[in-house]
Order: sequence, then structure tokens, then C-alpha cells
Amino acid sequence: MSSTVDTNPRNRTIGGAVVSRLACAAVQPILSRVVRRVAARHPSLFARLGPHQSTDFLIDPIELPFALHLRPDPKALVFRAVPRDAAPKAGAVIRGRFLLLLELMDSEEDGDAAFFSRDLEVAGDTEAVVRLRNALDDVDGSIAEEAAAMFGPPGKAILARLRRAYSET
Amino acid sequence: MSLAELICPAGTPAALRTAVDAGADAVYCGFQDATNARNFPGLNFTPEELAEAVAYAHAKGAKVLLALNTYPPAGKVDLWRQAADTGARLGVDAFIVADMGVADYIARTHPGIRLHLSVQAAASSPEAIRYYCENFGVKRVVLPRILTIPEIRQIRKEIPCEIETFIFGNHGLMVEGRCSLTNYLTGQSTNMDGVCSPASDVEYARHADGSMSSQLAGFTIDCFGAEEKAGYPTICKGRYTAPHRPKGYYAFEEPISLNLSQLLPELIDAGVHAFKIEGRQRSKSYVRGVVTAFRKAVDDIRAGRPANMADLVALTEGQKQTQGAFETKKWR
Repeated sequence: MSSTVDTNPRNRTIGGAVVSRLACAAVQPILSRVVRRVAARHPSLFARLGPHQSTDFLIDPIELPFALHLRPDPKALVFRAVPRDAAPKAGAVIRGRFLLLLELMDSEEDGDAAFFSRDLEVAGDTEAVVRLRNALDDVDGSIAEEAAAMFGPPGKAILARLRRAYSET
Repeated sequence: MSLAELICPAGTPAALRTAVDAGADAVYCGFQDATNARNFPGLNFTPEELAEAVAYAHAKGAKVLLALNTYPPAGKVDLWRQAADTGARLGVDAFIVADMGVADYIARTHPGIRLHLSVQAAASSPEAIRYYCENFGVKRVVLPRILTIPEIRQIRKEIPCEIETFIFGNHGLMVEGRCSLTNYLTGQSTNMDGVCSPASDVEYARHADGSMSSQLAGFTIDCFGAEEKAGYPTICKGRYTAPHRPKGYYAFEEPISLNLSQLLPELIDAGVHAFKIEGRQRSKSYVRGVVTAFRKAVDDIRAGRPANMADLVALTEGQKQTQGAFETKKWR
């Protein structure tokens, strides 16, 4: 599976491409802040990543208009929203619904079970994916809630609303 | 009635804390090297992490069992000896071993610490188990998953040590400690390097029709249809074509998990001392769900109530479960 496969039909139109780029621009400041905060609070994450601190991960929430590019290098962290048609060549790709990816990040869901059920797809360097999963799994507490809390009550309300919306679908 | 201790997996310190908080009587774990059979990338404990884990578990009344359950290659036994010395210094409650040389070293050097015989030793007869008890002072044997409950009951009468059986997770029907399938394709040994289907050799490919194939070291070992549940990329659970089976078939095992939740009373009655949950490679979510469910079930049984088990099928491999040989040797 190619890391640049476009799974979202909306992106294949000119309108979709514009929406994707606008969405990326809107969320980028948030992502940058979140990743710096998580890295500062959980430095032990990086040891479990080992040689894959410099791997480019493409995290692809299939229903969002963009994908996420993560390079977990503590010296030069990258976490940015990218249009799928402009995504970098990734060493590893992790693909699923947005809420599933969020719950995997927080160990609210089991990654192996999500893989068995085919709700989660991985491609590329499997060792990189396993290391990232184990690194995140060793974090106590919820990274999503930490991130939401950075933006105060509005951030927490948005996360709660997001979870409610997904649980109703 | 036996104690029916709940022995739970932990691949990270956070998973260990999760297991303890969910009611584990003991947690088993390993170092970040070849001394244990889950030597997976990003998994396991540094000595510093193990020290903190032991303190956490002991403060909450739980034990920590250190898996040193691989076989040292010739000339490399020092890694296993050092791991044992470190574990002893950090206060682990028992070592889980498979290799006789490792067992002998620990029995002589750390005689005050319990030795448990790993399933990797594949000791399934009273004669074999007694040999480990008599020569190395083994206090508990983890039985292979190939025995019926009547066979376990009979073995219990003939051995001088406790019995631990798996109750959930990997079905594990190979003659454990002897499997060389991974070695055959990748050059790395499950038994000496602690890696089964190393992630660095695994690759998944999604096809246009929605199917997904899994490969190990370039060899396709299964292809799951678009709507089909998946399993681990291990050769023993691969699906292969042959001239007489052109559609492909499971030559060894199927992707399926062991779940003995319905057999717990019979296992206790047969004299099983401890129930083991497999899955050090799994997430905190798995640990929390499975340990909580079995903690409640064991407590119900101890209190004379029917065990009310949560449904765990969503966590099983291939989303299928079996009682395997524990129910009947005709499980397939």
C-alpha cells in the first residue's frame, strides 16, 4: 500500500483540495502546541521509539480532510496536518477513523484488537508502528485530555462533544 | 480449594500499574533484551523501571515475576546470569525460566527466590516436571496448552509443585521452546532471541479489492478478504495453498485465542494454583479489560457465586475463541 494513497474522495476534487488546505492551515497552530507540550511532559516516550525517532509517520484519519505527519525526533519535532495529495513519503502509515486513532493514542482501545477487526490499517515499517504504539502505551493518563486542557474549558468541551458525536454514529 | 492466583502480563511499567490496579495477584514482565520470549521493539523494562515497578506492586500487595524464559546460545549465558542477578537485587518474587543452565545458576546463586518453570520448557509429563523440581527446586510449573483437565488433575497428583495454566490469550499449541518457524524465515530465533515474527520482517499490503496480505521476510503467509477478521503474522497461523487445497488452508493453527472463562471452577477443582493471562505485547486497554474480567470471575468463584464474565471476544485474535485441548483434544 502506498503511503500517499488518497482514501478520501472529497480530496480528489479541486474543491476538496481547497478545503483540505484550509483545514490544515486552521489546525496547524494547535498541533504544534500540542506536540511540544506532550513531548515536554512525557520525555520517556522517546526512549521506546529508539531508532524510529527519525521515522516519518503518516497518521491518516480517514474521514478528516487531511492526514497528519509525525516525525517524533525530540531535537526537531514535526507534527503537522497535510493534504493527502501533498503528503510526504512516509516510513510508516497508520490509518483508521479519527476517534479510533485518538483512543489508541490514549490506550482506551487495544491496537491488536483494532487490527484484528480490520478497523486499523498499518503499512510500511511495521517495527516503527509497534515502537510508536508501545511508547504511547507507556504514558499514564490521556494525551487527548491533556491536549484539550491546554485550551481550557472550550478545549475540553470540544473533546467531549467529539466523543459524543462518534459514540452516536 | 487452590489459591487461584491471577498472573497478569505487563509489557511496560504503565501496563504493570494497570494490571496491579485491576486486581492482579502477580504480574510477569521482562527486560529489554533476549532474556525473555517477548523481546519486541519498544517493549519491556529497564532495570530502573523494574525497580519502580517492584516497589509499586509490593506496596499494593502484588508480586512481580521476572521472565528469563529463553535459551542462552552457547557462550552467551552471561546476559541471562546478569539479568538474574539484577532481578534478585531489585527484589522480584520469582524467576520464570526454561533453560536448565539458567535454572541451575539461579538455584545456586539466589536460592531464596522462587523458580517457576516456563511453558517454554514444554514440560508436560510428571517425570519431566519432577526432574526440574528435584534438581533446581522449581516451585511452580506453567503447563503447555495441550492438556485436558483430567490430565492436569492426574499430573497434579504426581508432582511436588504448584500448577499454573494459561486461561486467556495465545492458543500456543506448538511444542513450546522448540519452534523454529521464525528462525527458518528470518534467521532470528524465538527461543534464543525472544522474537516470534519480528516486526522488522513483517509487512502488510492492502489490495485493490480490499483484501490485505501479511508477509514475513518477503513470504506471504496469509491474505485476509475485505470483510475477514485478521490474525497475527505468524507462520504457525498462516494460510497456505497446496495442490489439493487450492483455496488455502491453515496448515498448523488458526488465528484464534484461548478463553477458559467457562472452565475456571473445573480448573480450580483439578488443583490449578494460578491462572495466567497471556499478552505482554498487548496494550494497557487489553490488560485492563482482561484482568478486570477475570478478577471478578475468580472472586465470584471463591465466594461460591456463578462467575459472571464480561465478553472478551473483541480482544481475541481473529475475533474467535476456543477452549482448545482443555475441553477436548478434538478442538479442530
